[in-house]
Order: sequence, then C-alpha cells, then structure tokens
Amino acid sequence: MPKDPTLHRVMVIGSGPIIIGQAAEFDYAGTQACRALKEEGLEVILVNSNPATIMTDANIADRVYIEPLTPEFVTRILKKERPDGLLPTLGGQVGLNIARSLAKSGVLDELGVRLLGTPLSAIEKAEDRELFKEMMEQIGEPVPESTIVETLEAALEFGEAVGFPLIIRPAYTLGGTGGGIAHNMEELKAISIRGLKHSAIHQILVERSVAGWKEIEYEVIRDSANNCITVCNMENIDPVGIHTGDSIVVAPSQTLADKEYQMLRTASLKIIRALGIQGGCNVQYALDPYSYKYIVIEVNPRVSRSSALASKATGYPIAKVAAKIAIGKTLDEIKNAVTGKTYACFEPALDYVVMKIPRWPFDKFEDARRTLGTQMKATGEVMAIDRAFEPALMKAVRSLEMGVVGLWHKGIDAWDEEALEKAMVEADDRRLFVLAEAMRRGWDNDRIHGLTKIDYFFLSKIRNIVNMEQELSQWHGKGIEAVPAETLKKAKSMGFADADLVRIIGVDELTIRNYRFDQNLRPVYKMVDTCAAEFEAETPYFYSSYDQEDEAGPTERPKIAVIGSGPIRIGQGIEFDYCSVHSVWSIRDAGYESVIINNNPETVSTDFDTSDRLYFEPLLPEDVIHILSKEKPEGVIVQFGGQTAINLAGPLEKAGFKILGTSVEDIDRAEDRDRFDQVLIELGLSKPPGRTATSVEGALEVAQEIEYPVLVRPSYVLGGRAMEIVYSDDELINYMSTAVKVNPNHPVLVDKYLVGKEIEVDAIADGEQVLIPGIMEHVERAGVHSGDSIAVYPAHGLTKEQIDVVIDYTTRLALHLKVKGVLNIQYVLHEDQIYVIEVNPRSSRTVPYLSKITGIPMITIATRIILGETLAQQGYKGGLAPTPAYTAVKAPVFSFGKLLDVETSLGPEMKSTGEVLGVDADFHKAFYKALVAAGMDIPTGGTILATVADKDKEESIPLLKEFVDLGYSLVATAGTADALQAAGVPVQRVNKIGEGSPHLIDLVREDKVQLIINTLTKGKQPERDGFRIRRSAVEHSVPCLTSLDTARVLLQTLSTIQSGGNFDMIPLQEYLK
Amino acid sequence: MKGYLVLEDGSVWEGQAFGAVGERTGEVVFNTGMTGYQELLTDPSYCGQIVVMTYPLIGNYGVNPEDFESRRPFLRGFIVREWAEEPSNWRCEETIDAYLKRTGVIGLSGVDTRALTRRLRNHGTMRGIIGCGEVVDLEALKAQAQQAPHISGQPLVDEVTTDKPFTMENDGLNVVLMDFGAKENIARSLHQRGCRVTVVPARTSAEEVLAMNPDGIMLSNGPGDPQDVPYAAATVQILLGVKPVFGICLGHQIMARAIGCKTYKLPFGHRGSNHPVKDLSTGRVYITSQNHGFVVDGEQIPEGVTVSHINLNDGSVEGLSFQKIPAFSVQYHPEASPGPDDSGYLFDRFVEMMKQFEGGASNA
Repeated sequence: MPKDPTLHRVMVIGSGPIIIGQAAEFDYAGTQACRALKEEGLEVILVNSNPATIMTDANIADRVYIEPLTPEFVTRILKKERPDGLLPTLGGQVGLNIARSLAKSGVLDELGVRLLGTPLSAIEKAEDRELFKEMMEQIGEPVPESTIVETLEAALEFGEAVGFPLIIRPAYTLGGTGGGIAHNMEELKAISIRGLKHSAIHQILVERSVAGWKEIEYEVIRDSANNCITVCNMENIDPVGIHTGDSIVVAPSQTLADKEYQMLRTASLKIIRALGIQGGCNVQYALDPYSYKYIVIEVNPRVSRSSALASKATGYPIAKVAAKIAIGKTLDEIKNAVTGKTYACFEPALDYVVMKIPRWPFDKFEDARRTLGTQMKATGEVMAIDRAFEPALMKAVRSLEMGVVGLWHKGIDAWDEEALEKAMVEADDRRLFVLAEAMRRGWDNDRIHGLTKIDYFFLSKIRNIVNMEQELSQWHGKGIEAVPAETLKKAKSMGFADADLVRIIGVDELTIRNYRFDQNLRPVYKMVDTCAAEFEAETPYFYSSYDQEDEAGPTERPKIAVIGSGPIRIGQGIEFDYCSVHSVWSIRDAGYESVIINNNPETVSTDFDTSDRLYFEPLLPEDVIHILSKEKPEGVIVQFGGQTAINLAGPLEKAGFKILGTSVEDIDRAEDRDRFDQVLIELGLSKPPGRTATSVEGALEVAQEIEYPVLVRPSYVLGGRAMEIVYSDDELINYMSTAVKVNPNHPVLVDKYLVGKEIEVDAIADGEQVLIPGIMEHVERAGVHSGDSIAVYPAHGLTKEQIDVVIDYTTRLALHLKVKGVLNIQYVLHEDQIYVIEVNPRSSRTVPYLSKITGIPMITIATRIILGETLAQQGYKGGLAPTPAYTAVKAPVFSFGKLLDVETSLGPEMKSTGEVLGVDADFHKAFYKALVAAGMDIPTGGTILATVADKDKEESIPLLKEFVDLGYSLVATAGTADALQAAGVPVQRVNKIGEGSPHLIDLVREDKVQLIINTLTKGKQPERDGFRIRRSAVEHSVPCLTSLDTARVLLQTLSTIQSGGNFDMIPLQEYLK
Repeated sequence: MKGYLVLEDGSVWEGQAFGAVGERTGEVVFNTGMTGYQELLTDPSYCGQIVVMTYPLIGNYGVNPEDFESRRPFLRGFIVREWAEEPSNWRCEETIDAYLKRTGVIGLSGVDTRALTRRLRNHGTMRGIIGCGEVVDLEALKAQAQQAPHISGQPLVDEVTTDKPFTMENDGLNVVLMDFGAKENIARSLHQRGCRVTVVPARTSAEEVLAMNPDGIMLSNGPGDPQDVPYAAATVQILLGVKPVFGICLGHQIMARAIGCKTYKLPFGHRGSNHPVKDLSTGRVYITSQNHGFVVDGEQIPEGVTVSHINLNDGSVEGLSFQKIPAFSVQYHPEASPGPDDSGYLFDRFVEMMKQFEGGASNA
C-alpha cells in the first residue's frame, strides 16, 4: 500500500527543551522523521520550543514554529495551518501528552486533523496504568502485583497488604519524575505524596518490586499491514531497580539464551499488536535470573531514548521508518538505507557489542544525592562499539569525559570495605569503579553479585579488565618496551587507553604512542551495517577495534574532520551538536568530504547520513589521532564541538595535525587568564579588576584591594564550575577551604563582581572583517551564569553609544585574536561603562538561536571562512547586522524536579539543562511565550509569597507593590512583611519554618501560593529556610523567581498580557520577510 | 594452542584452538544469529559444514541439557571470535568449550570473523580445513582444502538420519516425520499440538510410510544438496496427494524435486534468524529462521503449484502451495529453535489440513 493519498500537510510535535529524561534523542528522531516525510512529498509543519535543535532549522520542515508546547499554543497553530494529520510520537512524552490533550478536548476532530501512527487508544493504554494492566491481563502478559491509586491512603493500604519493597511510579511523567523505591511505610508515604504531585493526572502506580531481576528492553516496529519486527534488544547491566536511563546498557542482550530471547521477542510483538501501534514502540521487561518468569514493566508507544540508542547501535533508522509507517507505508516498501538493497522489514544482526553509559551531572551538582534509583538523573549518555565487551566498556568510560580513562577512579582506592559495600548496595554513578576497586582487593564474584545482583557474566568481563591491569602493573617503572608484545596487544584490544597505561606502567603517553606506532599496534575500523556483513553496505559508519581487517578504505577527495561535542551535560548541550552538524553540511557543500568524530548516540551528528564518514569513538587525543592518521584530512575543525573539541586543539596540533580556523596559539591567548589580561591591556579594554591568587592569604589580599563583592573561581575548570560571588572575608575563607584546592598549580581567580547588565555577542571573523549577527542582553544582572539567564535579542536596553562600543570592542578583540570563524564575548555594563568578562574562541550556546532569528547562517559562514573564503566573498560585511522586526527571548529550563537536594537559586554556576525561545513582535509577549515554553505556570492572579533578603528590600518593595496593584495578594515572612507594611503595601504574614505550622512551606504544599519571589540572603550561605522554600516550589511546581530582574520583567509582562491582545504565530520562514 | 582455518582460495585465518583437537574439512558458511548457538550446533543440517558465527561473543549462556536439536553435533568445525570461559545463565551446565570437547567438534576462536564473513560473502561459500597445533604445514592444509569434497555429492542425510523409527506417543493425529536430519523441535511442535509423531529414517519407502496409516507426513530439514537424495524425492512423489504433506527446508526442496522443479545453490546461502519472508497470498512479512544453501528455482514451477512465499531480500522461493492436493512447504524454519516463533502457525495449518483431509476422506 502506498502512502495515504489524502495526506498533504502533516504537523510534527517536537519535544521542547532538553531536560533530564528528554534529551537530544528527540532532535535526532524528529529531524529524521521530518526529512522522511518531506521525502514522501508531504508539507511538514513543525512545532518545537527548543531553538537549539536541528529540527527547528528552516530546511528541515516547511513551516517551523518555535512556540510553546502547550495545548493552547499548538491549537493556535493548528487553526492557522489546518494540517491533515498530526504525528505525535516523535516528540517524546511532551508530544504525546499534547496530542492526547488535543484529541480529548475535541480540537483535532473540530479541525479535522487526524492522529497519525499511533491511535489515541494505544497512547492511553500504554500510559494509563489501569488500562495498561487490563490490556496485559487480556493478552496474558504478566505484570507485577500492583495497584493504581489516586490518594495517599490507598497507597499506604496497599503497602500494608503486600509488603516491601515497593516501587512507586507516577503516571504521565518523564524519566520517572517523582518515583522511587520504598522499603518501609515512611518512605512509601514520602514518595507517594511526591509522585501524586508530579503526575499529570494525579495518579501513581504502586507495585511489588522485582529489583534484582534482569532488565531487558526490546525495540519493536509495526506497520498498518500488521507486519512486526524487533529492531534490537538491550540488556541493562544494572538489574531492575535503577532507571533504564541511568543504567549501563549493552546491546544485544548477552546473558539470554535463544529460548529467553525469543520468549520476550514474541511477547513484544504480541504487545505492539494489541496496542495497535503503527510505528515504533519500546517494551521493558524484568526477567527472573533463575526461571522463565518475566513481567512487563513498561511500554512506550513512541520513539524514545532507547529507540535512538537502538538506531545508533544497529544502524536501523527507527524514527525514519516510524514516520513513513505513520503515513501509510509498510515495512516491505521501505528500503534499508544502510544497505540500499534490502528492506526495512528485517531484524538487524549485530556483529559487535554496543555499550551505553549515562552521563550524570554530579560534577556540577556536588550537593545532589548521587544514588541511582527509579528516578532518572543523567543528562546525557555516551555509546561505544567494539568487537568485544571489555573494549566497548572501556571506550564508553573514557567517552564520558569525567577525567576517568579506565576503571580506576580517583579517591575510591582510599575507601574502606564498608564504604565499598555500601556503594554496591546503594549504587551511584561511580558503581563501575567501585566494582573494579573491590576486584582489585580480591573480592570474589559471589560477594559482589550478592550485593549488586549484577550478572556473573558482566562481573567476569569487568574482572578480565582488572586482571589485565594487574598483569600490566608488574612492569610499572620498567618502561613500555618491557611489556611483552602479546600482552600489550591484548591490553589494547581490551580497550586500555594509553592515558590509562600511563598510570599502570608509569610511562608518559607520547612514549607509549610512539612505541605502539613503531610496533604498528593500531586499531582497524569496522563498519556498522545492520546485517553482520551479509550484504554489502554503503554507509560509512565506523568503529575502532584491535582486530585484523580494516574496512574504512581510503577515499579520493580532500577531507575535513569535525570534532563533535560528546555527551550532553550541563554547560555543553545540544547547541554544539547543532553547530557540528551545520559545519559538516557546509563542508560537504564546499566540495570536501566530511568526517565527524563523536560518541553521543542521541544526536543528529551521529546519524549515519549526516557526514561522509562517521566515526563513533571517544574524544580523547589517542582515539582522535588514530582516526586522523588514517583519514589524513586537510585539517581539523575544533571550534564547533564545545569545550570538548577546543581541548583537543593543542594535543592534535602537537601530533602534527592542522587545526583550521582560529589558531591554537590564539585560542590559548583567549583562554589563558594571564595571557588574556595582556590582550586586554594591549587593546586598552577594561575588565572587572582582579587577578589570580595562589593561596588563601593571596586571595584575601586581592579581595581587600578590589573590595567585596568578588567573584571567585578556580582557574583550571571552565563553564562556571565552582564559581561563586562572595561578600566577606569569612565567605571567601569558607569558599577557599571547601570549594577549591588552591596552590601554585591550581590558582584561584578573584575578580571584582560588578553589578550591571550583562551583554552577550556572537560574532564571525575572517581576519579582516568582523560580522556581528546580533547583540543580546540578559534580563538578570551579571552574576547569573549566561546559560541560566534569560537572554533578549535584539538588546533593546542599550543606547546607540553603548551598542557602538560593543561593536568596536568585539571587532577589535576578534581581529587582535586573529579569529577565523566564530567567537562569543560576554560584557557587563556597569555604571555606564562596558567591561569585558570573557571571550570564548568557539561557538556558543546562543549561536543556533541567533542564526535562526537573524537568518544569518553563522556556522555555514564560519565554516566557509575556515575553509578559506572571506566574509565579503560570501556577501557579508563587517559590523552589526540589521535587526529583524521580532524580538526573541531565550529562557533557560531546569531539571530540578529530578535532582533532589540541589539548590535551585541562580548564580554564577550553570544549572539549566536546556532552553526555549519565545518569539513575538512584542518583547513582553515574547517573554511570556518563553516562560510558558519553559514550563512556568504563570499565574494571572492569586497569591505571591515574598521572602526577600535585606540587601534587596529597598529594590523589591515598589516591585511588590505593583504586583498588588495588578490584583495579586502578598504573603511574606516577618522581615519582608514589616518592610511592606511600612511602605503601606497590604500583606499577610506567614510563619517562617522555625516559627511553627502553619508556615510558608505549608502554604506551598497546600497550593495556596501561585508565585514565589525569593532572593538569596548573601552569597551561598547554607540558608536552610530559603533552600527549603525553593525546593518545595520545585516539588510542587510553583514558579519561584530568585532574581528581582526576572520578577520585574514578569510584572511588566503580566500587565501587558492582562491588557489583552493577540499572540503572533509566525513560522521561522517568515521572520525575515 | 594455535588453530587455523585455511580456505580453498589459500587464505589463512589464524586463531586459537578450542573444543576438540583435530583436523577436518568442510564447506565454510556463516550464520548471523546472535543467540541460539546450542541449537545451531546440534542442527543436523550443518552436517558437512564448518560454521562461522558472525556474532563475536559465543557461549555467553553456556550449554544446557534442554536446547539440543539432535543427539549430537554433525558440523565439521565451529569458528568464533571469542568464546565465553565464564558463561552465565540459570540453565547453564557447561561451557561451550567443554561441550565441543565432549562431542568432538573442532573449534577456532580469535579469528576476525567479520573479515572472514566478508570474504565468504564476496566469493561465495568455500571449502576449507580447520586444524590446530603449534607447528602446522599451511601449504598441506591448503591442498587438503582444495581437495576436500564439495557439499554436493556427499551422503550427508545418511549420516544424520535416525537408524530406527521411534514414536512420540500422543492421542491426536498420527504424523510420520521423515527424518532427513530433523531438528527435534519439528517433532516437538507437532507433539505440542496433540500429534502422535513417528520419526522414520530417510530411506523409509512410501509403502512403509503409508502402512503406518498416517494422517499426514512431515518432511524434515536436513543437510546437503537435494539432488543427492533422489530416493527421497521418489518416495515423496508417491505420497503427495495420498496424504497431507508438509515440508520444511530440505523437505521442501525434496517436494519441489518430486514435482519436477529444479533446485540450485545460492552463492552463500541464508543462515540466521532475521530473514524476511513475504507470504504472497496475504502480503504479510514474517521474520524467519533460516539455514539453507540450496533453493528451489522459481522459474519452473509446474501447474497446480504456486510460489506462496518469497524472500524479501533476494526474491528467492521460500514456500510452495499445492492447489489440488493437501500439501505445502516452506524453505525456512517454522519450528524456530533458534530464531523467531513468528511462523509457528504453519504447524497449526498442517494440523488443520490433516483434520480436513480426514473429514473429507470419511465423508467420501
């Protein structure tokens, strides 16, 4: 059957901002799907609030709406565009929830829009716990003993009856938000309250835990003709109990006999048929390690994180196939794009092992509880492929970029037995290294299995690595030549990195590499082809292995290599994948062959047809050098892959490869603090006063000199990590003793904290001219990390003179640093003077959105400059580009709901995981859209809880008064209430926590507060009351503003919204008309 | 100990020996299944062949007493990239190495099996010799590989078929299973559906079969070239139309030859658990378990018979249906073991066919 002839226009819903549980995988899926639909001749209308995605590019869909993903806004767009069909299964849980809401409210029927792919009934059956259980019972598939409840009392009753442990899962949430495992009544109570709150339909599932069973997933596809296939199965190394998104996962399953494999495969087909899904679906099972007993844990009737992983693991493009099925094609009509010969109706055969390890944000959130459970905490993931288990694991570990290059983790060797044992029972992100350490100490597999329930197969593989490490260590200090050739070869084929051998053998990395190259001990590259070499494949998707035959034969055209950005983490998000992809496309357009190296399975950059050659590899110098020495590119581009790629510039140049664009020397001049100060002096530009200190005394001295408040941070980490504003000697001393280790090798930067407006600029330079596509200003004053600030473009709060200064400074900096390509500069406007805060000689977080709103394809222009063209040759000239008629507001999005114990107030350390964009002709409307898109439940009336620090009282009173004038009522704790009353503002008093119930947290819990304005007393003092207020706001989804700047703009916005008016729904394609 | 595979093209594949020690020639073929090595090892259809596993980790879940498909392995050698020294599964009783040693199968590990597979794919299946030892005369091995018998022309079915008839008792329909090298799951699949299954040797005559008064006749899978079992085709020729007949794999090819179809050799065969087969009557596609090097020529199908199934990848014949008589056959393995269970309904269809035939006969 060909595609449905009555379909012409199809709307696709994206997944919105990156949050824990919903990351870049949906950009990958959505992009693939939109292209697949266009390939079939359909007009595609896309809605997604996330501007950092490839899918929201003008060339991916015909009409791209960067608008809030709420039923209200999507309805507006549906009314405007009147599509024939809606494809809801590509936008993760968000897309599914919106589609469900639109279908239920009758909007789709009213507008004659058909739901494509998966019927509403399937969504409901898979998502609603009760219906799911019913259906499973009907088709005879086992589900755990459970109950679905809507009240706490009912949950407790079940706990009494069934016993513990119990798993609590809220219905309709992402990444298991609000869920957990309860071991007793008390825990059950706490988790149930939280879970009920987080569930969109106030419903939780309480079920008997099968923790310790094997966790197995299947990716299934079904078409309208009822053909079904499984693309791949996967086995979690961490047994049931740890969220699959937080589990180390291997594909295909390793410990299942064919009988078990087929039993679960058959069940998967039965389930997808019973649901009637037309498209992709993910089924998760718990399998008893000692019998054929199993239960179905969960079904996701859509593409998912697992389907993205399965696609990358097998080469089978699930999202593309699912999209084609949704419009009526059948599996036997869709070609397998990898072989070009066979059809999508088959099951991939793997001839390698795939390993996925999650990337957790605990390096950023040091206070967060690291324990892993049913609530996902990872922000991203890495994948590695090899011909054996051990090297796949080792490559995945070093792809994480956590400063760990093997199974040895700093510090864990000092743990006592008790600590190791505890870390095995309560697994956290360091589990793998804990296992290795226990094995080094001679713990046997029985003991480790008893504590972790990890399968013996996996333990024996990890032990192989530890044994090899111990074998190698006998040559420590004897030189690399001392290691027998066979042993070294075996170690390399097990995945030991040279950087790991440095520790084990005690030889420097370069010596090891040179020795290996002399011995011709290098990896070969094998192809991922979906079919285990049964058919010839054309898709150049490679992984390394110390095996015999190399399949990545030489090619003729000159090549350019692009270094990707690795796993999604706080501070290095999907924006950098956006940049890498655009660079690759521009390289191809310029007639070169493009080579990309990356290890993130969620991204567009690692799709098999993005580049001419894809290498799925760690981004350590060793791994990249291996590829480059094989591919021999004309040069390497590092400025688009975030800090990951920039960090490789030096090592790659040293190894003899040409870094294209801004030189390594000039990158260093911008990044090295002292050298950059010199640059500013030479140019006569100001920066906030301050300098480096190498001791506590030195830091105090600098602070004395420049006066508090000061901004302190270690010089050796980037991205705002461990950065703080301190207001006194005490705070400074406290910071120096807890947050950093200061010594001459690790100096600390102490700068004057200048209060003022923060200005951000992205620019493109060719060495002669500097094009500034746009100047952005931040709503929050300097001091809040730029990634966490609301950024507005165009900057409407600057005078003509100030803009001219920014243009002048930017131009001079770019030319002086001899930038070829992009750069990003942050300024602060303090008392009418502009200071330079920092220069990043690379692409930034704001490049995707600025490119979209200005219509200036920044990465394309930069790539062509890097390849030798000038701005003029491309039709651009220097200076500030003309501003468009629309205002774009970028708002950060946080994942605090997933990370308990994390401080939510904004500061110099970045905390957001994603971003959204609001676009409108009117600034306040754009701002409103951005907040709505960010998930903020903006109250148009009700009660505001205000707890304002003394330092902010003066500033806040008039502001709060205006909220009252708009019709809001205020409640405040003593200090703030006094100040308000003194100013004649009506306010109701509420107890602080210490003053007894009912106190302010009770108000939040009881839904009596619609907005919280809470400012930090000072610095980062552990102000428990404030912390608890902010946390309770997160847990009860009440918006909480910690910056008066945000509150002020919100106030203006609310008054604009109240005065009415329509929102413009403008597709990206019309921004520039 | 070092081990070697030498192909007839002279290529040498060095690895480590495992399993039994010795030297054996055979036709080298690859299988792309990711699970099911135990079933595969004991599938008599591999008689005469050296099997290369494309999935690199073999033996992970060990060997258990339940998943055998015949009394012993008949293959000539087994090549993997890595075998599991420490398998893990609740049913596991021994390592694959121990099992191969116990049953006399020569194994070779540490080979770049992907490179080997690519060679077989590009050149077609080749004869080869597997051997081991620290000092090996590779030239001699090459010569032996080149002198090894081709898969065609060997009496492989005689090697694997049962010596004596035996019966799996049951109350239902009476099925005679002609054993050309049957996987046990064929009998089990029928038995599970209530059939009483009598397994008879390949050379059992039509008269002997009919004397057992079966409700239907099942023709099993088996090794080698269907041309080498003309006696079977002759037997089946007599049985067709007299009783319902269902053929699987070699059984299917024998049925085809019995009605005058030709069979030919595929360049490298279909071996794995992921082959898409399209049922031409419904348009539905099934993922099937396959293991065959020969195939029925779809160009010369006599009247009254149609190609019912084709392979979606290469369009080759995967099934025949007979319009006038109660008979059908498939090239793939509805009994699975290893592989997907999607096609188990074919046994139901056979049972149904036997019931209808019986009903029709008694009405007549």
